[in-house]
Amino acid sequence: MDGFLLLAFLFLVAGVVAVPIASRLGLGSVLGYLIAGIVISPILGWLHVDVVSIQHFAEFGVVMMLFLVGLELEPRMLWNMRNKLLGLGGLQVSVTAALVMAVAMALGQSWTIALAIGLVFSLSSTAIVLQTLNEKGMMKSDGGQSSFSVLLFQDIAVIPMLAFVPLLALPELQELAAAAHGAADEGHASLSLVDRLAGWQRALLTVAAIAFVVVGGSVLTRPLFRFVAGARLRELFTATALLLVIAIALLMVVVGLSPALGTFLAGVVLANSEYRHELESNIDPFKGLLLGVFFITVGAAIQFDLLFSNLAEIIGLTIGLIALKVAVLYGLSRIFKIGGADRWLFSLGLAQAGEFGFVLLSFTVASSVIPPALAERLMLVVALSMLLTPALFIFYEKWIAHRFVSAQDQEPDEIDETGKVIIAGHGRFGGIVNRILLAAGIPTVVLDYRSEQLDVLRAFGVKVFFGDAMRPDLLHAAGIGEARMLVIAIDDKDSATELVHYVHQNYPDVYIVARALDRHHVYELYSAGCRDIIRDTFDSSVRAGRSALEALGVHPYDAERQVRGFVLNDQDQMLSLASSYDPGIPAHENEEYVRRTREYLDRYADVMRGNSAAFATRLDRGWVPPTLDDVEAETTKDTK
Amino acid sequence: MARLIVYFAHPGHNYSHVNQSMANVAKNVDGITFIDLYADYPRFDINVDAEQERLLKHDVVLLQFPLFWYSTPSILKEWQDIVLEHGFAYGSGGERLAGKTMMLAVTAAGPEDAYARGGFQNYPLREFLRPLEQTARLCGMRFTTPYALYSALKAPLVGEVAPHADGYRRLLEAIRDDRYDWVAAERNDVLDYNTLTIKEEG
Ligand SMILES: Cc1cc2nc3c(=O)[nH]c(=O)nc-3n(C[C@H](O)[C@H](O)[C@H](O)COP(=O)(O)O)c2cc1C
Repeated sequence: MDGFLLLAFLFLVAGVVAVPIASRLGLGSVLGYLIAGIVISPILGWLHVDVVSIQHFAEFGVVMMLFLVGLELEPRMLWNMRNKLLGLGGLQVSVTAALVMAVAMALGQSWTIALAIGLVFSLSSTAIVLQTLNEKGMMKSDGGQSSFSVLLFQDIAVIPMLAFVPLLALPELQELAAAAHGAADEGHASLSLVDRLAGWQRALLTVAAIAFVVVGGSVLTRPLFRFVAGARLRELFTATALLLVIAIALLMVVVGLSPALGTFLAGVVLANSEYRHELESNIDPFKGLLLGVFFITVGAAIQFDLLFSNLAEIIGLTIGLIALKVAVLYGLSRIFKIGGADRWLFSLGLAQAGEFGFVLLSFTVASSVIPPALAERLMLVVALSMLLTPALFIFYEKWIAHRFVSAQDQEPDEIDETGKVIIAGHGRFGGIVNRILLAAGIPTVVLDYRSEQLDVLRAFGVKVFFGDAMRPDLLHAAGIGEARMLVIAIDDKDSATELVHYVHQNYPDVYIVARALDRHHVYELYSAGCRDIIRDTFDSSVRAGRSALEALGVHPYDAERQVRGFVLNDQDQMLSLASSYDPGIPAHENEEYVRRTREYLDRYADVMRGNSAAFATRLDRGWVPPTLDDVEAETTKDTK
Repeated sequence: MARLIVYFAHPGHNYSHVNQSMANVAKNVDGITFIDLYADYPRFDINVDAEQERLLKHDVVLLQFPLFWYSTPSILKEWQDIVLEHGFAYGSGGERLAGKTMMLAVTAAGPEDAYARGGFQNYPLREFLRPLEQTARLCGMRFTTPYALYSALKAPLVGEVAPHADGYRRLLEAIRDDRYDWVAAERNDVLDYNTLTIKEEG
């Protein structure tokens, strides 16, 4: 227990100190974690901490990341991406792997080892690149999207690679490994069911497992989540989300597949689910923390003695690798017509080896494909290239991006996202707002926490997500960071006010339209920062008043103008009172507020007594004809 | 029997004497269609399909309005803008109103002698109505001489409202009963209740 606390303390301190500094310096969080790892590695060594096993544990962060990547990808989107995914991604992996293999063979490695190295180095770092692109807001650019396609292909390609690598095993290494067996029995090997099965059984089981994930994901999760949501306990949902990811990972391990593939698939299956944002916001912190630990261990695992004794060789290899990858990426970007600054973003951004490289390398060692001594050096190359990635991004931003700025100004993105609108609450109020926005072709994300409501809506094809909009993390997952607008349509006064306050403080660029339940609520929303407040029964009452006037024989146009006058007057009034309202002072002690209210009541009394024609003179002034004298003047003056 | 539709537009009918009387008369003429545009569309959301449908069911379209700034009240402009649609009223495929007749019933505050070259208003009343006249032409409609009342604000004081309104009734009935002499009407620039070219019954 003490050891665990100490270790957690160390990792957390390192992360909490290093990451903000790195972010402030523009280096990105990944480099921050890596540096934190390097800094604490002597302490870890001194404490005899098994960094590698922590790393194995933290690799689960990658599995979670792929689950989240899957969640972001609707199958339709995946299908739309197929050209880039297969073309760009496929070529990047195969060409890079082939060239690296050629170089390795030229440097005297046997073809099996060379091929394994090629595969390891063909991969880039999904974690670093996605994280960096998101942090820098470059994800939506052409370069960002192309990078994403390639990374996604790589992440998927790891799975067949893991299956293929054991076939490259070297007999002499296998003997060695067999001798050392017993001691180094892989933990998960014992879990695997498939080792003892024949080929066809194995294939059948694999297909069955994938089918289970796909079918189960789309059929079973909804009742499960609804069941859990019924308990109305937040942590229960988190637990369920974790359970889901872990269960799938476990199933995959049992049938001998990559957990990353399984969770990715599950993510894709759930991308259309109304629980998507809820899942995302629940898993995201775990992913972030685990990946942080993962990067710290990468930093901590750098063997400086080995590095310094082979400094020239390893730096040479790293730079050579980066140069080769840049060249391949640059060539591909020409073929696939990625232009301008995007080409460089794409080429430089993906030039490192990645965390899957580590995974694959340790797997090649375990499978007796690459001798451990060589693998250790390769590890250094992978780590170093990852360490250099932030530098490449900085190079891109400082020296390349600005040169293309003017060129980009001339050709704006065809469909820059109109900016989506988040609607909190999909009851009678939010539902109408949603219908109007959708009819206008504006994408919306609707959040509601009543499960029963969701079922009904989904039956009618309305896209809504389960979740309480009051939760910042959920709002974040729903995309408040990039949203243009938030429509607050929930029917709880205090929650609505709180939400206005939170969003107004943290996302000042997001425009807020809020539903007020009564006059007093208007003032509260106003002082929380909302300037577009709609009282939920006001318009309907006004219309009822108008109907009454019409039914009493008032000309419809006069009735219309009368109520318009009323509305304008009431709004002026409301605004004036709202701006003098102070939530800190009870209304009756607020002198300004009391004075203005009095004024209004006096004026209103006048109207009621018939001393004033209507509510607003402004509307009463239309179409008064000229006086007779004016008209007489026309004749006398000008007719001769 | 000509099928006649009257479109009435007066937003400030609280102040209206002449047009209000005329509208009351028109409402009570059997066998014609009377539309109060400001009553049907107090929020200006004119139903284009319904109004086009209506136009097709009539032969004579009569627009009744007070002259506002040498033009129509705004809803009548709105009506022109969206009901006389391209492909319906004009342009390729837009001959649906061809052969119909457009007539105006206008009231103006200015006296008759002001509406003359060199007069206070500088132009005859008919000149100010040219945009509607040409609109009718473009739609292939006959534009017939307007029925007008000058000095409309003075009319209640000098007993002109009742005869003008009665002339209006006779006009509407004559059109309805095909007793209106369209050809003879052409001889005047504008018509009043004395010069209406109504053929006597029989
Ligand atoms: C906004 C407005 C604009 C007017 N513009 C004109 C005008 O340009 N020429 C004119 O002779 N009378 C003008 N008038 C006077 C109206 O034509 C006159 O009040 C109306 O014809 C009287 O008819 P009524 O009793 O039905 O309201 C205008 C009146 C208003 C209210």
